[in-house]
Amino acid sequence: MDHAVEMINITKEFPGIKANDKIDLRLKKGEIHALLGENGAGKSTLMSILFGIYKADEGEIRVNNEPAEITNPKDANKLGIGMVHQHFKLVDRFTVLENIILGFEDTKNRVLVYDDARQKIKELSEQYNLKVDPDKRVADISVGHQQRVEILKMLYRDAEILILDEPTASLTPQEIDELMDILKTLRKEGKSILFISHKLKEIMEIADRCTILRRGKYIDTVNIHETSFEELAEKMVGRKVDFTLQKDKAKPKDTVLSMKNVNVTDPISQQHVVKDFTVESKRGEIFVVAGIEGNGQTELIYGLTGLYPVDSGEIHLNEENVTEYSIRERALAGISHIPEDRQKHGLILDFPLEYNMILQSYHQEPFQKRGFLQFDAIRDHTNRLIERFDVRSSSGAKSVTRSLSGGNQQKAILGREIDRESDLLLAVQPTRGLDVGAIEFIHKELVNYRDQDKSVMIVSYDLDEVFNLADRILVMYEGENVGVFDPKEVSREDLGLYMAGSKKGDQS
Amino acid sequence: MNKIWEFIDKKPNSISVLSSIAAVIFGLIFGFILMLIVSPGTAASGFATILFGPFSDLRNIGFLLHYAAPIILTGLSVAFAFKTGLFNIGASGQLTVGAFFGLYVGVNWDFLGPVHWIVALLAAAVGGAIWGGITGLLKAYRNVNEVVSSIMLNYVSLYLVNLLILNFIYAGRSEAMRPVASARIPSGFMDTIFAGSPANIGIFIALLIAAILHIVLNYTTFGFELKSVGESRTAAKYAGIKEKRSIVFSFLIAGAIAGIAGGLMYLVGDRSFRINEQIIEQGFTGIAIALLGLSSPIGVILAGLFYGSIMRGGDAAQRFVREEIVEIIIAVIIYFSALSLFAKQFIGNIVTQKMKEKPKEPSKEGESR
Repeated sequence: MDHAVEMINITKEFPGIKANDKIDLRLKKGEIHALLGENGAGKSTLMSILFGIYKADEGEIRVNNEPAEITNPKDANKLGIGMVHQHFKLVDRFTVLENIILGFEDTKNRVLVYDDARQKIKELSEQYNLKVDPDKRVADISVGHQQRVEILKMLYRDAEILILDEPTASLTPQEIDELMDILKTLRKEGKSILFISHKLKEIMEIADRCTILRRGKYIDTVNIHETSFEELAEKMVGRKVDFTLQKDKAKPKDTVLSMKNVNVTDPISQQHVVKDFTVESKRGEIFVVAGIEGNGQTELIYGLTGLYPVDSGEIHLNEENVTEYSIRERALAGISHIPEDRQKHGLILDFPLEYNMILQSYHQEPFQKRGFLQFDAIRDHTNRLIERFDVRSSSGAKSVTRSLSGGNQQKAILGREIDRESDLLLAVQPTRGLDVGAIEFIHKELVNYRDQDKSVMIVSYDLDEVFNLADRILVMYEGENVGVFDPKEVSREDLGLYMAGSKKGDQS
Repeated sequence: MNKIWEFIDKKPNSISVLSSIAAVIFGLIFGFILMLIVSPGTAASGFATILFGPFSDLRNIGFLLHYAAPIILTGLSVAFAFKTGLFNIGASGQLTVGAFFGLYVGVNWDFLGPVHWIVALLAAAVGGAIWGGITGLLKAYRNVNEVVSSIMLNYVSLYLVNLLILNFIYAGRSEAMRPVASARIPSGFMDTIFAGSPANIGIFIALLIAAILHIVLNYTTFGFELKSVGESRTAAKYAGIKEKRSIVFSFLIAGAIAGIAGGLMYLVGDRSFRINEQIIEQGFTGIAIALLGLSSPIGVILAGLFYGSIMRGGDAAQRFVREEIVEIIIAVIIYFSALSLFAKQFIGNIVTQKMKEKPKEPSKEGESR
């Protein structure tokens, strides 16, 4: 069998944890091989071993059917292995060309020469349909474009084996489609690709085979055309996963939130981003604001929670006019908010988990008395939420929040916000970047909250999520409400057209 | 040796403590080498005097405490700002303005009687707070970097206070008037214990303020707000904390502490405020003390006492080495303490390496079981 890479019986132990326990991975020449696992399953460790960043305690690596000794990334490069890291390693102020040749510069009389490199980059770009302009500055190009630069960087160094670590994590849906096409072209040209992901949909679409890891252990390697979505999910999580959320029909009651002709201007860019927005959300329903990212959803929520001031219009919460309220006053009036950026807004990463659990309520009893924090009450509260929302961490309430995985950070925020029992729960992209197990959990909790006669308002850029959760869907396009729909009566295609602005609907 | 590495690995804070100690040791060694080069004959005895001289009798200890008090306070001022996410490089300016406010009250308001010194010290705190508050307001509402504005305000304060002294409390010969007796920090029982030294209750004021800061930062909702804003302005805002107000408060408090340091330095009988072209060094020393003390009140107290002892040791060592050499040694130690962050990284690396080499054995045992 012709293999590009074989990793046999790889074991790697860190103090206190076996990150890789006898793992086998065989990448055939010319295939796209997915490496699937939840956060913390050991994918990154395994790839770091292949790329020479870590050394395996046990096991053997063979590249192109020869035993290989890889002790640092340079060795890996020499063997034709290239890696695109999840966080790109590009110099912002350099041009694409300068970034690509960095470390491999041509010189003539000790002066840099670019012409050959520019020519080679243009050819490669054309061959693989990467559409990269070598003379643009990296700071001026989109994230998707930057990723193509990273891919080009590997090709420029004649890599035959490409490792992509969670390549779609920061891409827009359209950029993801483009990436998928590029990967297919690369495969056609004979490159071998290792594709690390926890997103099943992408793996089903692009990969030939898939190796699944769970908690540091090898589970299985399967042929994609012989498996199913459900089977992959089960192997990854270790139990059956519900993909269609079980929920009863909504029983909407009285209005909780009502926004009338709200306008918001971004205070930094001075752009008018939310235009005459009118909307109502009711108790006992999940109301989803759908749309393509960047159409004013973020600012809508900022205006609603008080992070940005509104220019005009009125916001009422349970008949109370909260338009002029501060952030705290609105929170106390009954708004909970699971923010879009959990690390920027939702959590103070260097605080212990227990402090984050009282982020809005530290000033209320029982967490304080006469201005002094009540540590027992805080600890009890945190332990209760950890238990109830299955927040996993190294040392419980005292863990530094930064050390929690993304899914557990999100569960912590979810728990904190649900526990405040506000009438209105706002959740922006509540499952972005999470694996299926965590998504399932969070969706169930949101439906539960609805069923306690609360109003749940969600902003999502993910159509699957929109249809899975929504009792009513509002489409937002260029800051405007272009229509409210019943998810049972609107097709995905139509909704997509509304989101793209090519169709305008009537309010229903 | 392995036990030590394991201990450090389990208690990450101990790395920081070790690195601070290492900084002091490196600084001392470097100073000693310097003395060997400059005056090989007297180096050993001079060095011993610097280290142990301050502890030779109670009078010397009195001096040590007297030197340490304002330094502990400027260190606390910087450390407090650090804890709330701000870099207060303007402690010197706040100290200078505080000193003027304190002196003005101390010279003129003698009608206050027995509470005169307390009011003068509070005035110093107010002066420092005003000066710190300017930086805080600029940072919070105009997003002016606090490092830039506070360092520039150091110079503004220098010349402004010179001018104010000339106009209001000038004693001639480039000196400000000294405070009247009722405005001097009382010596309490300190002059009997540490007879012959200028020691007063200043050190207790410094310790009291350290204790208050510790409590405010770690046990109160107000401290929680300040720390939240320091760690993440965006998340604090999300949580409904008025993050701008919080930044102003941080600087008001940091400034007040530095102002009190100015009060302690000049509300005394044996030293007068000189009109000078130089920024008062104690403010900058506070930065090093805060670094060396890892921004914790206890650490700052220890670092401040150490500084006081080196200063006093330097006084005594002038019999053996020239004054400049003593100042260089002090500067080197301060410098190394600023480098303690590097030491931290260095020790951290050693520990990770040692721990990497170790765990193989127990894991094999585990398998054979």
